[in-house]
Amino acid sequence: MADKKRIDEPTGTETVGHEWDGIEELNTPLPRWWLWSLYATIVWGIAYTIAYPAWPMISEATAGVLNWSSRDQLNKEMAEVGARKAPILRAIANTPVERLQGNPELYQAALEGGRAAFRVNCVQCHGSGAAGSKGYPNLNDDDWLWGGDVRAIHYSIEHGIRNPEHEATRMSQMPAFGRDGLLQPSEIDELTAYVRAISRQVPATASARRGAALYQTNCAACHGADAKGTRALGAPDLTDAIWLYGGDAASIRKSISDARYGVMPRWGEKLDTATVNMLAVYVHSLGGGEEEKVQTPHAPAAGGK
Amino acid sequence: MNEVSTNRPKSLYEKRQPVYPQKIDGPFRRLKWAIMAVTLTIYYVTPWLRWDRGPYAPNQAVLVDIANRRFYFGPLEIWPHEFYYVAGLLIMAGIGLFLVTSAVGRAWCGYACPQTVWTDVFQHIERFIEGDRNAQIKLASAPWGAEKLSKRGLKYALFLLVSLATGGAWIFYFADAPTLFRQFLAGEASPVAYSTVAILTATTFIFGGFMREQVCIYMCPWPRIQTAMMDEKSLLVTYKDWRGEPRGKGRRTANLSDLGLGDCIDCNQCVAVCPTGIDIRDGPQIGCITCALCIDACDRVMAKIGRPRGLIDYATLEDCAVEKGGGQAKPLFKAIMRPRTIAYALIWSSVGLAMLFALGNRTRLDISAQQQRNPVYVQLSNGDVRNSYTVKLRNMQTRPREMEVSLAGLPNAVMWRDTQTREQASQSLRVTVPPDALAKLPIFVVAPGGGQATHTFELTVRSTDGEGETDTTEAIFERPKS
Repeated sequence: MADKKRIDEPTGTETVGHEWDGIEELNTPLPRWWLWSLYATIVWGIAYTIAYPAWPMISEATAGVLNWSSRDQLNKEMAEVGARKAPILRAIANTPVERLQGNPELYQAALEGGRAAFRVNCVQCHGSGAAGSKGYPNLNDDDWLWGGDVRAIHYSIEHGIRNPEHEATRMSQMPAFGRDGLLQPSEIDELTAYVRAISRQVPATASARRGAALYQTNCAACHGADAKGTRALGAPDLTDAIWLYGGDAASIRKSISDARYGVMPRWGEKLDTATVNMLAVYVHSLGGGEEEKVQTPHAPAAGGK
Repeated sequence: MNEVSTNRPKSLYEKRQPVYPQKIDGPFRRLKWAIMAVTLTIYYVTPWLRWDRGPYAPNQAVLVDIANRRFYFGPLEIWPHEFYYVAGLLIMAGIGLFLVTSAVGRAWCGYACPQTVWTDVFQHIERFIEGDRNAQIKLASAPWGAEKLSKRGLKYALFLLVSLATGGAWIFYFADAPTLFRQFLAGEASPVAYSTVAILTATTFIFGGFMREQVCIYMCPWPRIQTAMMDEKSLLVTYKDWRGEPRGKGRRTANLSDLGLGDCIDCNQCVAVCPTGIDIRDGPQIGCITCALCIDACDRVMAKIGRPRGLIDYATLEDCAVEKGGGQAKPLFKAIMRPRTIAYALIWSSVGLAMLFALGNRTRLDISAQQQRNPVYVQLSNGDVRNSYTVKLRNMQTRPREMEVSLAGLPNAVMWRDTQTREQASQSLRVTVPPDALAKLPIFVVAPGGGQATHTFELTVRSTDGEGETDTTEAIFERPKS
């Protein structure tokens, strides 16, 4: 490459002096504005690393003179959201749960709040659509162990199911008829046949008819003479189509033999009043919620659009 | 002009030659006035026209309501999902331009294009303030003094006023015009209104006041596209060189053929009146917007020197060839009615007819159903199965409507909505949908448990307000596999 700097005639610009097979390169300087913007970004970059967290040190980065952190910012934003939501949460907490339906604004807020709280606290057992699974009740259906009006639901959530150390909890325990030797295996088979017959899964057999007598002696006290269950005891209806632990012969035999003991934490101690109220309203809204048998005076139900 | 200079450094940049178009009158100028009046009237008046749509909808005849996602055009209301009507209009506008171009060349450029219309307005203001062509040239070369300062100041002030009115009128298409006008003056309109006006004022001022023909020649893609669409049968403004050449200065007194000269007396009137500053005698060129003012100018001169009009005239290249050979050009009607223009006209009108047909048949209510799939189904204690759906009812009329939603094709099924209880379940629901709105209706459907695992059924909405409009959607009912 020859070093022949010269002025290029058509453009009036100096060449850099390089030449490749007659092709030369013009020495066009960077425009001033471009250089100045480059210097400005350098200055900006330096200032930025001083003002904001930037340089990695041993355990953490330099804090920066503004002392800004994304965590603080998040906390601040969360606090703002919390402050914005505080009045309505207070109102929800101070309204008896059965009256929330009478206040469309609060009800709507409670429904949405309940939906959110359900996703955090409840889906682990009851599933994201509240459809439950074996041993964990489906909250969408019309079958309730302990009652399906909004106050009963609220009570179950607040005090939990089978928390023996808690006075007010929902408590009951079915005897393990087989494991504890209360009934013979053949008797358990007869009871199983009976339960399958009254729930119309199979036609009644001689075995089932023998089971009827056993049922009246051993089971009717809790499940009722008509086997429709007793909500005060959380004893399920044995005649319907819903089976928490399965309605096939093997599952029923296991339930009678070993008994079931489903538990739920008492959320009243873990969650605040407003959240428990919101959860109760949400669960009640899923499609199976019942009206209270004893009507308390409250405005007719108003739903969302 | 185009010769390559080898020894002198030549700039790649060509400075704009200022254009000082001279005042002219003639049939084409008057046509231009008329079209300008019509287009400007449409632009400024349209947003102020009212159209009574009842208490639930705006009463502005043409309104693009972006905030509420509605487009009102007289009796029509377009919802976002009907945007294909707007697409259809755009297609019609496109094909309409093809049609006009193939029939009469760059008529859009010459008469109706906003750039042409506003440039024309600005050039008239210029003539009004500074005088005609010669006075303008004189003023431009004059030193800056009191007269030049005041004339230029006044001119730019008027330009700015026109620009402001142009930008200002635009925003009224997007909100209630009288309200927005009041808010705008009171300083209460939204920032986007002010910035829109500011931007459009600036572009009008710059494009119409300063850039003018440069927009057409350097910025606009349309002349290029048009050039590709034109053929030897397209109407152009043409200088008939076989008649005009050789040019000779001065008034003809003797017999022209004796002098060996053509009709063109080289008076330069065609150049003087040209708003884009070209010389039409150089032949067809991209700078020519076919505004035909040169035809007016030349016709006057031809009348003065006693020669037939039309030395410069609308003509097709084909006609030119015929005339050159001494033949008779086809009549204008025949030049326009040719397969290509007829085909464009047919396409254009069939798109229009299809849209009118679709508009006439569109229903103003709409149903869609979405199954809630978490959980897909719920087993009920009596053995029935429940599914949940979100039914969306769209009322596209500007009044509340009574509707009835009913289900069919699912034996022994009943439904109820979220505000009801299962005891109130039935085969149909009555709903009042607010005007111009979408109602979301959470519903529960219960059917006996025995049956297909996946059962398709129909949800039908029917207006019960006497119009009996219906719409049907399919939904799926799912059961546990038995």
